[in-house]
Amino acid sequence: MPSDRIEAGTITLRSDKGDEIEGYHAFPLEAEPHGGVVVIHHMPGYDWSTKEIARRFASRGYSAVVPNLFYRYAPGASSGDAAAAARAAGGVPDAQCIEDVGGAVKFLRSQKGANGKVGVIGYCSGGRQTYLCACNLDVDAAVVCYGGGIVATPDQLTPERPVAVIDMTKDLRCPMLGLFGAEDASPSPEHVARMEAELQRHHKTYEFHTYENAGHAFFWVERPSYREEAAREGWQRIWEFFGKHLAS
Amino acid sequence: MCTYLTTTEQVEGTGLGARGWFPITQAVVYFDHPQEAKVEHALCIDFRAGGGDPSERVSVELDAHSARTLAESILATLAHDEVRALGVE
Repeated sequence: MPSDRIEAGTITLRSDKGDEIEGYHAFPLEAEPHGGVVVIHHMPGYDWSTKEIARRFASRGYSAVVPNLFYRYAPGASSGDAAAAARAAGGVPDAQCIEDVGGAVKFLRSQKGANGKVGVIGYCSGGRQTYLCACNLDVDAAVVCYGGGIVATPDQLTPERPVAVIDMTKDLRCPMLGLFGAEDASPSPEHVARMEAELQRHHKTYEFHTYENAGHAFFWVERPSYREEAAREGWQRIWEFFGKHLAS
Repeated sequence: MCTYLTTTEQVEGTGLGARGWFPITQAVVYFDHPQEAKVEHALCIDFRAGGGDPSERVSVELDAHSARTLAESILATLAHDEVRALGVE
């Protein structure tokens, strides 16, 4: 019989600065060496569908954790209320995101059965934050799912997001997988082409896939944006990519 | 797309939430993925108390056409002679 039992639930995480935030940890119960995955939630919040993604990784043998990037803005609130509070406050500062995801990476590496390899994956705004973290943290693989705002014009920069993430590409520390929809407006195919050009200019290891008949958020099962074919192919790419880069 | 386009207005009013009426001090307006509406993007407004309780908010998610219609309706109402005669602005 396969050893596919998992456990999942809420935990307390410590950011790199020592701040306590909420997190959701899903992991396989059998203690064979396994890789870790930090799942970065989208702007609509630290929600049920993101936690389901963590459980999906656990069912495939990864230890996965979702840091609640909105926790500070509304401790104990519903995901929707916390998302609204975070947006009203100007959004999550990039520096704070790096600290929180950095704490999640350390948490995963400290777990029983961890093989030391940790990847990061994020969706929508979390895709941008994945690119950000892959350029600023010691991780082993990164999956950017339709991250909007990686390519940013000067007028789009704010005190919370002071540097265009694409300009951090020279510091990318790991292989990157990018999954995009051809009908997306942010990132548009032009934005994706600019990312590719920058990754090539800095001789980074990456693979990008753009799916026809798909726009933004094609993985999001409960939404009208869901595209079954793109999602199914995308998940296969993710399993192959993490299987290669997070193996013992 | 996830947009970062957010406008926050300081407002005065009241909103009816799950636990009754509460004062509203903030209206946060953005166009992005809605939490609930079955459209890919919506014009969202969070009317918030702005105090310590994040659940004290009234939220609406409108498709773009509805949002524009509502905005025009609000402006038309405020511009009506009967309203202007009240001298409230």
